[in-house]
Amino acid sequence: MNQTLFAVLIAVLVVAGIGLLIGLILAIASIVMAVPKDEKAEAVLELLPGANCGACGYSGCAGYASALSKGQAKPGACPVGGEDCTHAVEELLGVSAGEAVKKVAHVHCMGNCDNTSYKADFQGVKSCLSASRYGDISACSYGCLGFGDCVSACLSNAITVCNGVAVVDIDKCGGCGLCEQACPRKLITVAPVKEQAVVRCSNHDKGAQAKKACKAACIGCMKCMKVCEAGAITVNNFCATIDPEKCTGCGVCVENCPSKCITI
Amino acid sequence: MLIKSLVSVFLAAILTENYVLCKFLGICPFLGVSKKLNTAVGMSVAVTFVMVLATAVTFPIYQYLLVPNDLSYLQTIVFILIIAGLVQLVEIVLKKYIPSLYQSLGVYLPLITTNCAILGVTMLVLQKVETTALYTYTYGHALINALGAGIGFLVAMVMFAGVRSRLESADIPKSLQGLPITLISASLVALSFLGFSGFVDKLIPLA
Repeated sequence: MNQTLFAVLIAVLVVAGIGLLIGLILAIASIVMAVPKDEKAEAVLELLPGANCGACGYSGCAGYASALSKGQAKPGACPVGGEDCTHAVEELLGVSAGEAVKKVAHVHCMGNCDNTSYKADFQGVKSCLSASRYGDISACSYGCLGFGDCVSACLSNAITVCNGVAVVDIDKCGGCGLCEQACPRKLITVAPVKEQAVVRCSNHDKGAQAKKACKAACIGCMKCMKVCEAGAITVNNFCATIDPEKCTGCGVCVENCPSKCITI
Repeated sequence: MLIKSLVSVFLAAILTENYVLCKFLGICPFLGVSKKLNTAVGMSVAVTFVMVLATAVTFPIYQYLLVPNDLSYLQTIVFILIIAGLVQLVEIVLKKYIPSLYQSLGVYLPLITTNCAILGVTMLVLQKVETTALYTYTYGHALINALGAGIGFLVAMVMFAGVRSRLESADIPKSLQGLPITLISASLVALSFLGFSGFVDKLIPLA
């Protein structure tokens, strides 16, 4: 009996002893070889919004913060934090670098339940991605599917599906572009905030066909292109696109659009 | 005789007893980190380092602490403990002195803790001590075996990284894309290593 107890005790002591020894060595090593933390980077990280969206071009807020603290990046690359964030970072680092351009997302579709209709009743997984793989379930094969993949991708709850089409709340939108990637039909683009006209349609069918599918479709009549003084509008494959860089927001195209698919 | 046996152990660990391709240990990093050549090499170097270090520590502990006290049944748990501690130590050292390697290894360094190839190298070498009849299997043999196993891991990783870079551009049937074709090509590479069986015994006759 005693011998068994002794054997167990030895086993426990050996394992515990080795564990203790390793623990001690590790504790000493972690103190001796402690890596000094970059306090500046941590302070910058505090100021960043922490969305980790990657819109700045770094792996996340931590990556951007460390690049900022080393002077490898300029403040203002964060579209989510906007101007407030940029100013705070500038103050902390003592540098000012360029204007932070706040961006917002635009949905290029107005195919709501009043303008267009569903061709088929989709019973599958309620996501735009699976619905788009399935085929044409709505009358317009370019338009918003309305299952809200962009809604779930959005970090700031800025997107809602309203009457069958996604709508961006410009005040809430951070411009990170995650919805742009989430939309299987590539209906969402991110553009700088300013007074500008946006074509709310992505239908590339011929005018008559497009009009049949949706009342608010761009028919490619090129009227907007002709009236635009800034030369910002191009019509490709029966659908107008406006270059946000060139657009002055004068609104002439909005007045002249027969389908009323351009808004400001 | 000693030199001959050391060379034989070293070559055998790389070719005939390759831990990845012949014993199928350490498959997780073999499939996980072999996508790019530089991460594959970095991982293999880390694994080799930990293998040698782990053997250097576990072999004497087994011989001089566990066996005399009739505790050889504790080898698995003690070895796991030691390997986990060693990996932590390596991580601390790398973080301090080679941060670029530390960052490129990322999550795979902690994963070495549970890498069965390392546990396999430290434990299988103990069986060899008992089964090797032609010469006495010493501490030096064990260390050379660990080094060879690490280099064998490196060879397998680098070879497979090459195979995978060719897979990238291959026209693979849809049902086989991704992991299935990776596993099939891994099995073919393993099959090719079967050609080395008996090679070392013929090359360096010990008897």
